[in-house]
Amino acid sequence: MSEAIFRDSEADLAFRTRRLAGKAVIYILLIAWAIVCLFPIYWTATTSFKIAPNVMQGALIPWVDYTPAWLGWRSLGMSPDTIGAESTVRDEFVKRFFNSAITAVASSSIAVVLGSLAAYGLSRFSYKFGFMRNSDISFFFLSQLILPPVVLALPFLVLYKQLALLDTRVGLILLYTLTVLPIVIWIMRDQFESIPTELEEAALVDGLSIWGAFFAIILPIALPGMIAAFILSLVLTWNEYFFAALLTSTHANTLPVMVASQTGSQGINWWAMAALSFAAILPLIVIGVVLERYLIKGMTAGAVK
Amino acid sequence: MSQGDLLHVVTADDISDSRKLFGRAIVWGSALVVALVAAAQTAQHAGLMEFGFSNWRPTLFAYILWSICLCWSQVLIRGEHGKRTLFVLPAALFVVSLTVFPILFGLIIAFSSWNLASPLGRQFNGLDNVRQMWSDPFYWNALRNMVWYSLAILVEYAVAFGLALLLNAEIRARKFFRVAFLLPLMLSPVAVSWMIGKSMLEIRFGPIARFARWIGWDSPSFFGSPEIARATIMLLDAWTFIPFMMIMILAGLQAIPKELTEAARVDGAGPWKTFWEITFPLMLPVSVTAILIRIIFKLKLADIVINLTAGGPGGATDTVTSFIFREYRDRSNVGYGTLLAMVYLVIIIITMTILMKVADRFARPRT
Repeated sequence: MSEAIFRDSEADLAFRTRRLAGKAVIYILLIAWAIVCLFPIYWTATTSFKIAPNVMQGALIPWVDYTPAWLGWRSLGMSPDTIGAESTVRDEFVKRFFNSAITAVASSSIAVVLGSLAAYGLSRFSYKFGFMRNSDISFFFLSQLILPPVVLALPFLVLYKQLALLDTRVGLILLYTLTVLPIVIWIMRDQFESIPTELEEAALVDGLSIWGAFFAIILPIALPGMIAAFILSLVLTWNEYFFAALLTSTHANTLPVMVASQTGSQGINWWAMAALSFAAILPLIVIGVVLERYLIKGMTAGAVK
Repeated sequence: MSQGDLLHVVTADDISDSRKLFGRAIVWGSALVVALVAAAQTAQHAGLMEFGFSNWRPTLFAYILWSICLCWSQVLIRGEHGKRTLFVLPAALFVVSLTVFPILFGLIIAFSSWNLASPLGRQFNGLDNVRQMWSDPFYWNALRNMVWYSLAILVEYAVAFGLALLLNAEIRARKFFRVAFLLPLMLSPVAVSWMIGKSMLEIRFGPIARFARWIGWDSPSFFGSPEIARATIMLLDAWTFIPFMMIMILAGLQAIPKELTEAARVDGAGPWKTFWEITFPLMLPVSVTAILIRIIFKLKLADIVINLTAGGPGGATDTVTSFIFREYRDRSNVGYGTLLAMVYLVIIIITMTILMKVADRFARPRT
């Protein structure tokens, strides 16, 4: 009686162990790559709380290997005991931070507005600008992606000098808008093409104008796509270094320029650099964790038809 | 799209002649303003007359005024059709003014000798820059490096595909892994070049150097020899951009109907065979898009190189962008730098056109 009537055959059992082994391999690989991705961030965060001996000993785990200190953050003026006091470094950091934030938000907003309108027009109407038809216009916009920044950099440097736009936020915003506009158009065209035209037709029959239908009917539906485009633009413009390094010097410097200018001079003063780097990447880590859904939506637009 | 409007609008446009006239008037009027202001500024620039301009901004403002008038006149002259044009026109004007003019201007600079540090100003020098480029080993070296860097994309693609397959498997905590894998893409390359390049790879105290010593590499140096330095830059760049390809491939994987792979399994195909016979061919179009976009981004690679190695050792890690950046930063050589950039642009356009043609043929579903 002890023998079960229904039991797995030898072959099935072998299959199960194979499957378990497969699962284990998958998880090991996943965890390994997660460590590869997260360790540098962890390293930066913990290093900002180290002091010189900890760095030289290669301490890794706070409270176990070393006792956290506020040294790095104090040099930035952002530790608990210096947060209330005057700090030129902190003022500098805050200034750069706001430069970055203003240029990134402004250029992403302009790009989303201009890009959405253009993408909507291209997905609904047929145009003829001289010899250019819709597909040519689309290609013209998207071809800007190929344009390497270095081609524009030096002419802009000279032009901005003449126009007194060097080292101004406006100058950076214009260029950043230009660099992210093709990406926005790419994402939004995909969005609008997935919205059926019957919706606007109904609205037009009800007496709305084209622009009225666009704002009242289409915009709310396309909003998630616009958010996706906005966030992707935000990431790209926040991290932009090349134009900022060439076109700004003292007033409109962005965070990446500040980080870059500190790297050479600090030597083994890692705690300060770590604090600075971590403060510079923290906003985007938060965005990445909270708004991951939109980012993925933005990146996969047009990839899958 | 060329077969006509998707959205048909029937409107009784009743535009009076005076309105049309007004529309034309503001376009030509504002164009005249641009011409006058530009002429006045050129005259002052040439030293003919003194108007008291301190910079070229008046011309810029006149140009903006003209752009607004052009958009407005579309509605005035063409009514409902003009309103449609208004969707595309602002973006088109924006892009044309910010790329076409600078590129035309850049072409003039490219054939001049112009050193911002010298008081001589711009001087047309014909093909001297081309000749200089032809015999500039560092530029050719940078171009060759770009080929190496681009070839590394194939490895990145393989890794990204593997990761996407892992994420697409039946796993727990998928959201955690997806966010974790995505994070490197969010970090600014400048911060990454400090976080990893300058601290984790630091020879004495960096954790990766320690790890390398632990597994038996006695004196690790990541930027010492040309080959290793280039590989290190490739790895850093791959680290930040693999998530991008991974996400695109993952989206493609999720779009494959489950029935297909199930049918293959029922027919007795193992996982290996299922992948090569079903998944991979279906993923070709997505893969090609991902690789092409990745190449475009790779061709702009500069931030990490500028901040980590400045092209060294001996130009082994130089990219075209970082090389031109130094050409300007160290020597203020605008004319020569612009020519190099223009040549780079031409090379990119030719290569990308060929690649897209090849990819188009390659990715077309085989029947």
